[in-house]
Amino acid sequence: MNARLLPYVLILPVTLFLCLFFLYPFLLVSKQAFSTGAGFTLDNFREVTSYWKFPITMRNTLLLAAAVVPIQLALALLMATMVNRMKKGRDLVLYVWTIPLGISDLAAGIIWLAIFEQSGFLSSMMSGLGLVDKPVNLLTFQNPGIVFLAIMLAEIWRATAIMLVILVAGIGLIPKEYYEAAEVFGASHWKRFLRITLPLLRPSLQTALVLRVILAFEIFAVVAALSGTLFPVLMGETYAYQFDLLNSGAAAAMALIILAISIAFTLIILRVLRVPKGATI
Amino acid sequence: MAQIEIKNVAKRFGSYQALHDINLTIQDQEFMVLLGASGCGKTTLLRIIAGLETATTGEVWIGGRRVDHLAPRDRGIAMVFQNYAVFPHLTVFENIGFGLRMQKLPNDEVKGRVERTAELMHIEQLLKRYSGELSGGQRQRVAVARALAMEPDVILMDEPLSNLDALLRMEMRAELKGVLAASTTTAIYVTHDQVEAMSMADRISVMHQGEIVQAASPIEVYRNPAAEFVAGFIGNPPMNFLPAAPAGDGKWSVAGQVMDGPSSGKPLKFAIRPEDMRPADTGLTATAKVVEPLGAHLLITCEVQGSMFRAVLDSDMSVKPGDQLTLAPQPDRMRWFDPDTTLAVA
Ligand SMILES: Nc1ncnc2c1ncn2[C@@H]1O[C@H](COP(=O)(O)OP(=O)(O)OP(=O)(O)O)[C@@H](O)[C@H]1O
Ligand SMILES: [Mg+2]
Repeated sequence: MNARLLPYVLILPVTLFLCLFFLYPFLLVSKQAFSTGAGFTLDNFREVTSYWKFPITMRNTLLLAAAVVPIQLALALLMATMVNRMKKGRDLVLYVWTIPLGISDLAAGIIWLAIFEQSGFLSSMMSGLGLVDKPVNLLTFQNPGIVFLAIMLAEIWRATAIMLVILVAGIGLIPKEYYEAAEVFGASHWKRFLRITLPLLRPSLQTALVLRVILAFEIFAVVAALSGTLFPVLMGETYAYQFDLLNSGAAAAMALIILAISIAFTLIILRVLRVPKGATI
Repeated sequence: MAQIEIKNVAKRFGSYQALHDINLTIQDQEFMVLLGASGCGKTTLLRIIAGLETATTGEVWIGGRRVDHLAPRDRGIAMVFQNYAVFPHLTVFENIGFGLRMQKLPNDEVKGRVERTAELMHIEQLLKRYSGELSGGQRQRVAVARALAMEPDVILMDEPLSNLDALLRMEMRAELKGVLAASTTTAIYVTHDQVEAMSMADRISVMHQGEIVQAASPIEVYRNPAAEFVAGFIGNPPMNFLPAAPAGDGKWSVAGQVMDGPSSGKPLKFAIRPEDMRPADTGLTATAKVVEPLGAHLLITCEVQGSMFRAVLDSDMSVKPGDQLTLAPQPDRMRWFDPDTTLAVA
């Protein structure tokens, strides 16, 4: 077989699979988004963006991503550094820390609901300690702050591990000799982290952040479980258009808007964390 | 002032004893070369002095201060790593300036020092490149420049010129020696290149299997090797050895020849450098096997009573393989070793 053709032949099955099950449905969705029955139109987009809830859902989604992702990044970096220093028990700690990865987002939402709801253990504990007279429901429209906090906690608990595993792998690949050289030449722990770990981790940081940010824009089940409709997000609205209002054109438009935001942020992350030309990392 | 004292340092990796009870004092501003075969513990010793490895037992003192508990960056040292450890994400300029930046020196000071050391190492035209865009030898010179730019009290160099071609290495050798002589830096320089060791060192420490066998001036190490290992390791070609049997007080029979030697009751080993022999009427009888003209000299590999024996003679001699030679060792250059302890006997 021709050596130049071989790679293409080998990726053919995957390519076909992707075309059939991703590209084709994607084209269908796009078609739906850009038409209302006859011809090309932006009506669907006009409809969803002019709806009064749209700015709120957009704001909520971005706010949540902005609040959750930096904390997760910092936590994941801290945890990855700690795991990397461990000599014994490293694998065990990693397994425990990544348990939330194996739990679906809806289940995660329900677990945290069990903590925060009226008969949940946070409320029981507070009344047990005499902080409140009787069990209270914390997740109500009177407490938007607590609702937001509960969603944040659930998200951080659930999805930090995905960044952690990527960063642990990345940090493990940085040769020890660079740390030794930096240490000899006067870099403190913190300086070594800033001047060696972070720059050499850029490829892993890119992957972890892109994955995580995209997931943050797709947040749905955790929010639904914890807040119902108290905290509307983009994905929730998309669901509502499709299944409650049976307006699949509008749902398709929402989906494309989420996609556009994801692509925009991916490009920003890739740009900000790019490796300078010529540097080999 | 940075005198380095290594007191009873031993290092064990699991069950493997890499260093045995090392004692060594390096004077302030001295240029000490550590010479030894691969795997004898040179890098390990250097890393212990740098603080990258902790000694199993023993103490390290730098400038009158015990440093065992100090982090590498508090020891006033700079190091050239055997595997360079040039940062891949920084340009050559930022690599050389790394330590200076950590000291928060002003920008123009950093620039000045980086450019000066880069010029010294002939890499001034590479300052904008990244490590991935350099050859091995260029990368090695970046590592040397990074250490020199620090103008440290102590510089530890682990085979800093090993990857350069012969010509450049000779040039760099002179440059390095020049800068270090002009500075107040104390240097420890690891190499397995004897020529480098002989030409640069104030003193040479010869290491063998985790021990320092001899620490002395280059000429002393060459002329009066303290042990058989040193005699066989230093010099190219190395010293010749022949068994010597006692033949009366202070007399020894070597390959049928009676020679004057030390007084000792038991058999010894006789040793002589290849260049310390002259053709003469009486002496060791040798049969030439291989004759290699080296320009100024002839290197003759011959056989003396079944032992291999090398002689370096003037190139105007005409010797062919198979010729019988009579070689007289110069009396003041003859050395004797105890075969049991392998140490020199005076
Ligand atoms: N981290 C380690 N764990 C176990 N053994 C080690 C370790 N580092 C070094 N050694 C062993 O200690 C001995 C000395 O190693 P060292 O690196 O000091 O040798 P060296 O003299 O620098 O050799 P070379 O000239 O090849 O660089 C070697 O036998 C090596 O296998
Ligand atoms: Mg070494």
